[in-house]
Amino acid sequence: MERAHQEQDDCGCTILHVDMDAFFASVEVRRRPELRGRPVVVGGAGPRGVVSSASYEARAHGVRSAMPGAQARRLRPQAVFLPPDMAAYAEASRAVMGIFADVTPLVEPLSVDEAFLDVAGALRLFGRPTAIARHIRARVSAEQGLTCSVGVAATKFMAKLASTRAKPDGMLVVSAENALDFLHPLPVDALWGVGDRTADVLRRLGLRTVADVAEAPLGMLRQALGDAAAAQLHALAWARDPRRVSTERVEKSTGAETTFDVDVMDEDVIRRTLLALATTVGERLRKAGHTGRTVAIKVRLTDFSTLSRSRTLPTATDVAREIFDTAWHLYQVLNPGERIRLVGVRVEGLVEGDDTGRQLALGEREHGWRDAERAADAAAARFGAVVAPASLLRGAGSMNHSTNGSAADISTLVGDSNLGPDRVVAERDFDPLSDPLRPS
Amino acid sequence: MKFRVERDALADAVAWTAKSLPTRPSVPVLAGVLMRVSDGQLTVSGFDYEVSSQVTIGVQADSDGAALVSGRLLAEITKALPAKPAEIAAVGTHLELVCGSARFTLPTMPVEDYPTLPSMPEMAGVIDASTFAHAAAQVAIAAGRDDTIPMLTGVRMELDGTTLSLLATDRYRAAVREISWRPKDDGVNLQALVPARTLAETAKTLGPLGGDVLVALSRGGVGEGMIGFTGGSRRTTSRLLDPDFPKIRSLFPDQHNARATLSVAALTEVVKRVALVADRTTPVRLSFAEGEVVIEAGGSEDARASEAMEGEFTGEPLTVAFNPGYLLDGLSVLDAPTVFISFTTAMKPAVISPAAENGEPIPGYRYLIMPMRVGN
Repeated sequence: MERAHQEQDDCGCTILHVDMDAFFASVEVRRRPELRGRPVVVGGAGPRGVVSSASYEARAHGVRSAMPGAQARRLRPQAVFLPPDMAAYAEASRAVMGIFADVTPLVEPLSVDEAFLDVAGALRLFGRPTAIARHIRARVSAEQGLTCSVGVAATKFMAKLASTRAKPDGMLVVSAENALDFLHPLPVDALWGVGDRTADVLRRLGLRTVADVAEAPLGMLRQALGDAAAAQLHALAWARDPRRVSTERVEKSTGAETTFDVDVMDEDVIRRTLLALATTVGERLRKAGHTGRTVAIKVRLTDFSTLSRSRTLPTATDVAREIFDTAWHLYQVLNPGERIRLVGVRVEGLVEGDDTGRQLALGEREHGWRDAERAADAAAARFGAVVAPASLLRGAGSMNHSTNGSAADISTLVGDSNLGPDRVVAERDFDPLSDPLRPS
Repeated sequence: MKFRVERDALADAVAWTAKSLPTRPSVPVLAGVLMRVSDGQLTVSGFDYEVSSQVTIGVQADSDGAALVSGRLLAEITKALPAKPAEIAAVGTHLELVCGSARFTLPTMPVEDYPTLPSMPEMAGVIDASTFAHAAAQVAIAAGRDDTIPMLTGVRMELDGTTLSLLATDRYRAAVREISWRPKDDGVNLQALVPARTLAETAKTLGPLGGDVLVALSRGGVGEGMIGFTGGSRRTTSRLLDPDFPKIRSLFPDQHNARATLSVAALTEVVKRVALVADRTTPVRLSFAEGEVVIEAGGSEDARASEAMEGEFTGEPLTVAFNPGYLLDGLSVLDAPTVFISFTTAMKPAVISPAAENGEPIPGYRYLIMPMRVGN
């Protein structure tokens, strides 16, 4: 069903925001037609799992993405709860993105299920922006059996607002002339970059709608939000958004994080978790051929307050041991002293790894941790993940180890006579320096 | 308080004291310098609870007293004054400064809020000021600059009989300097870990004054955990770091398999030139063969540079890669015309040490660099 004002003037509306409808749930329904019309919820297993996606039938009962699974089950006990199948979603995503790429090379994926398209150069081939949007919706439906919603506007910000309004399975054009009529009645948190905190600040200034922000003196916004944020909000409130559709998506960091099933106080558990996360990050860096100089940690406390710390190393690294040493040091300095809900490790400032030399540390063995870890990578490639830091072998406590959507496998190796713990990469006690540099 | 003082003497005293003031003081009075006049002497002091500095100069005093004023402001003012005698007087809650036709009025802070400077620990011995300044610079360059591992931001001082050793490392290079000094007690055996920056700055300001530097360091009792340096009319105290320090002497190899003898000036120039295509964390590669060394930098895809220079080399031909900054740091503090670079293998630390024009080794200083590994 396409809205009434779709046929309005679409001149200059060359930005499309395409958003798949209830993507994961729709992919599940597509392969299991018996679920059609029933409430379907993907994700939300485990004591702290959250809902990844919910069909519109489930949403009708208040189930939302990012809602704790337990709450979703209370709201809609009859719903079909399914574990996520990331491989299937990734495949569907690739197919859909392929359809976009047939229309224009200027596709900026925002995640697996949404993208911005700049169709300015496709107008001669495919016709007006509305025609292109209709063409995309038809192809996605015919070829993938999935529905999507499309916002058509002159800027990324307006296109995204429009697609949200068009959901589900719709299209909405917001022409340049109608942009302010459409935008100004919306609440302030419709503005890109306004979360709970900024919305609170704005409400305290008496600003409730986008129109209020647009009419507010810039000086007042600056005082409350700082120069950069104020200028950005003010521009958005007047539907000005200079961001272009960018196809370059350079990976700038690699990270992994873990939410504990039960909040953790025990330093030893934290330490082992950081080691496991550093091991995962190191493996990913080496696999991608990247190294990075900045190691960052993230710690979320019971009350959801989140602390971050980072440190830049003298030389870029892809060595889990160095990542862990730095992460553990950062953690000790941070010393949260409270129960912890989540920890994460991230390496930033990535560069192509093998070009640059690596500064060795005094006392470091010629075949140090890096070679040990590379050997472990090679062993894992042949035999599966059989090698892990020794302190992770005893079982690293109650870890629900999720890393950016895909579960990381910190495998354990216990009781194998050929590869006993003394044959795996041994983990030594934390010491900032290698052996000969141990304090006198 | 009222006195008359030479502009240069005042500017020097204030500049030196103000240099050690904290940029973001925990309490406002710590941003001040304390001026106190008694017995025809002006004492200017600064303190941030870690480091204290104090200098005394002769003045024509009309009346004794004390005043506490912003150190940064006073330093800027005294630096800009015309070369004429300055008259300074505390008037109520202000300090008045008149120099030639220039007149300044500065607000003062309450003197009674200013912390008492720590007293000097016990005197341990005496070093020649200029030797001390050179030695401190040679070693402090290898100390760590970030506080990931706090002990590595220090220079370890070992007072062992008539030998004073300075040691530092940042995990990637290490430096050791041994000098002779005159201990108060020939059987002295003390160690201290001094913040490297404070040591280097202090030694640098005391060096040009000539004469001797008194080192004050006590084992327990007054001034525990503190070191003091006195040279001329200036004295500095600094809090010590926790004395744990890695055993870095054992990292220096006992023997070498290969050794290059090169001109310090020529090598410095070539490395600087070639390193233009390397960034701070990419290596320069040195390939040694008999009579020649080729220095290169840059990757196969990036800009590249190479240059050959003459030099003596004994041993099997060898290629080694260094962080150019670490190499240049070592060369810059050698204070010698010739350098020995000694190797065991390309992946083991190399030792840089000074030699005279004729190739005669100059003992007392060694700088160790860990190489970089290239191409896995």
